[in-house]
Amino acid sequence: MKKILSLCMAMALVVSMTACGSKDDGKATTAAPADNTTTAAAAENDGTAAAGGEATTAAAGETVAFTGEGSFKIGGIGPTTGGASAYGIAVQRGAQIAADEINAAGGINGYMVELNFQDDEHDPEKSVNAYNTLKDWGMQVLVGSVTSNPCIAVAEKSQADNLFQLTPSGTAVDCVKYDNAFRMCFSDPNQGLESAKYIGENSLATKVAVIYDSSDPYSVGIYEAFRAEAENQSFEIVSAEAFTADSKTDFSVQVQKSKDAQADLLYMPFYYTEASLVLQECDKQSYKPVFFGVDGMDGILSVENFKVELANELMYMAPFVATSEDEQVKSFVTKYETQFGETPNQFAADAYDCMYVVKAAIEKAGATPDMDASAICDALKTAMTEISYDGITGKEISWEATGEPNKAPMIVQIKDGVTVELQ
Amino acid sequence: MMGFISYLVNGISLGSVYALIALGYTMVYGIAKMLNFAHGDVIMIGSYVVFSTVSTMGLPPAAGILISVAVCTVLGVVIERIAYRPLRQASKLVVLITAIGVSYFLQNVALLIYGANTKSFTSVVTIPPLSLAGGALIISGETIVTILACIVIMIVLTLFIRHSKPGRAMLAVSEDGGAAQLMGVNVDGTIALTFAIGSALAAVAGVLLCSSYPSLTPYTGAMPGIKAFVAAVFGGIGSIPGAFIGGILLGIIEILGKAYISSQLADAIVFAVLIVVLLVKPTGILGRQIQEKV
Repeated sequence: MKKILSLCMAMALVVSMTACGSKDDGKATTAAPADNTTTAAAAENDGTAAAGGEATTAAAGETVAFTGEGSFKIGGIGPTTGGASAYGIAVQRGAQIAADEINAAGGINGYMVELNFQDDEHDPEKSVNAYNTLKDWGMQVLVGSVTSNPCIAVAEKSQADNLFQLTPSGTAVDCVKYDNAFRMCFSDPNQGLESAKYIGENSLATKVAVIYDSSDPYSVGIYEAFRAEAENQSFEIVSAEAFTADSKTDFSVQVQKSKDAQADLLYMPFYYTEASLVLQECDKQSYKPVFFGVDGMDGILSVENFKVELANELMYMAPFVATSEDEQVKSFVTKYETQFGETPNQFAADAYDCMYVVKAAIEKAGATPDMDASAICDALKTAMTEISYDGITGKEISWEATGEPNKAPMIVQIKDGVTVELQ
Repeated sequence: MMGFISYLVNGISLGSVYALIALGYTMVYGIAKMLNFAHGDVIMIGSYVVFSTVSTMGLPPAAGILISVAVCTVLGVVIERIAYRPLRQASKLVVLITAIGVSYFLQNVALLIYGANTKSFTSVVTIPPLSLAGGALIISGETIVTILACIVIMIVLTLFIRHSKPGRAMLAVSEDGGAAQLMGVNVDGTIALTFAIGSALAAVAGVLLCSSYPSLTPYTGAMPGIKAFVAAVFGGIGSIPGAFIGGILLGIIEILGKAYISSQLADAIVFAVLIVVLLVKPTGILGRQIQEKV
C-alpha cells in the first residue's frame, strides 16, 4: 500500500515535469506566442507544398525576365508543423511575400532570389538536419531558425561553415553569439532594458511592481535586465513576485503584494495567457495601476471571451503593429491578408524584414551569386554593420557587429479593444 | 493583520477548489483502488462543455452545468469501460500508465477541438462578493459557492456511501472486491457507478475552478489535478473528509508560503510539508481514523 503510494507520488512528479516541459517548448524559447488555431489549420495546405514547391515558384516562372546569371539561394528554417507551427508558418509566409516582391521588382542587383524553407518542428536536431538539406541544395544565406533552441544549434553549424545567418525571431542571447549570426528581433535582455528606459523617460510611475515567471528563461531574462536598468531610472521597484509554470492559476498573492506596496505600475514580462488572469485578479481586488507588458502580451485580445475592458490602457512593447498607418506596414498586411486570409503577426513581419535586410546587405556588399557562401558571409558581416534599414518592425535599424539590432522599441496601448501605437 | 486574513481567505478559496477536485480522486481511489490521473482532464473537458454551452451558445449557466455533468458522467463511464475495466486484473502500474495515457489523450482531443488558444471563462457565479471590515476584506462569490458546494458534496457523498444500497456495495467492493462479488455485489457496475459519480463531481469542480481562475486551455486541469491528488494523499487518500481537509490545508499553505516566505518557493514549501506529514503519519491526516476506505 505504502509502496504503491510512493510509486504514485513519483509518477505524479514525473507527469508534472513532463507536462510542463512539453507545454513550454513552444513558448519559452521564442519571442511571443501567437494565434495558434487559425494558422494550425492552414498548416496543412502549406506544409506539404512548402519544402519544394513554393520555393521554386518564386523564381522559376520569371527566369526569363532577369538580367544576371544564377540567383541567390536563401534558405529558411522554422517549425511549420508541431506545437510551434504558428511561428514557423508565419515566418515562411512573411519571407515568401518579401521574396516575391523582390523578384517582381527586379531581384537583388539584378539577380533573382530563391527561397527554400525547411521544417524543423521546433527541434534542434531536426533543425540541423534541415540546415544540412539546405546546404546540399546550395544555400548561400540563411534566414532562421525561427525558435531559440533550434537557432542556437544551427548557429554552431553555420559558424563552422562561415555561412551568413539572420534569425527573424531567435530571442535567446546565444542565438547570435558568433560573428556570422545576426537577429531581427530584440533579445530578451534588450526588451527589459528598453521597457525600463521607456517607463523612466516618460515618467509613467515612481513605484513599480513586477510579477514574473521564474520558470521561464524568457521572463527571467527580461526581468533581470529590467531590474538592472531600473537603478538608472527615476522609478523604484517596490515589489517583485514570481510564479512558476506549476502554479500559474492563482495570482491573488502577487497582486495583493503589488497593491500593498502601493505600486502605480505593474510590469508583466510574461505571456498573455497568464496576463489575462493577472488582469482579472487585479480587477477583483480593485487594483488599478498602469499595466505594462512585453511582446508576449501580443495576443491578449485574441483570448476568446476575455473582457477587453480589463486590458484597457494596457501598454506593451511590440515589434510590429498590424494596424499601423505606416505605408510599408499597410501594404504588407494587405498582401498577407489577401494571400493567407489572416492578419500577420510579429513573426511574419520579422521574416519579411529579414529578407529585405539580406537584400540591403547584399547590395551594400556588392555580392554576386557566383561567390561561395563563405565569401558572401564575409562580405555581409561587414555590410550588416554599415546599413541602415527602414522596415515594418522599425525604422533606421542598424546592427552591431555582435549581431544585435539597434532599433527604437514600439510601445502600443490597447484602447477600447484596439491596439494603437504610442509615440 | 488584515493582510494575513486576506491571504487566509485566498488560501481557503484556492484550497476549496483543490478539495473539490480531491473529492473525486479520493472517491475513485477509495473504491476502485486506482489513481485516475485523467481526473484533472475530465475537469477540463467539463469546463469546455460549460464554455461552449454558456459562452458560445448562450444557454443559461444552470443548463450548461447540467449538460456538463451529463457529458462528464458519460465520459467517466466510457473511460472506465474502455481503458480501465479490461485491465482490472493487471498490475497497478499498468492501470496507472493507462490513466496517464487517457490524460494525454483528453488533452490532445481538447487541443484538436478547441485549439491551443486561451479562452476566458465567464464566471457562472452571480452572488456579489462579500465585503467585510469596510472593504478591507473581500470574499468573492466564487469562494463562497465553492466552499459551500464542497461541504454539501462531502456530506451527501458520506451519507450516500453509508446509507444507500449502492453506497454500501461500494464499501464492500472497497473492502474486498472478490468477496463482494461472491456475496452477489455487481463489482463492475459498482466501479462504473463510482466513476460516474467521480466524473460528475469533476464537472462541478471544473465549473468552479474556471469561475475562480477564469482561464481555459487544454492543460487547465493538469496542474490543479496533480495538486488535488497531493491534497487527497495529504488528507489520507480514500477518506472523503480527509480530501476536504487536505485540500483546504494545501491551499492555505500554498498561499501563505507564497505571501510570507517566497513566491518562487511556493510549491517547494507545499511539497516539503507533504513529506513531513507523510513521514509522521504515512496514511495522511485522516488516513487511519476512517477504517473503511471511503
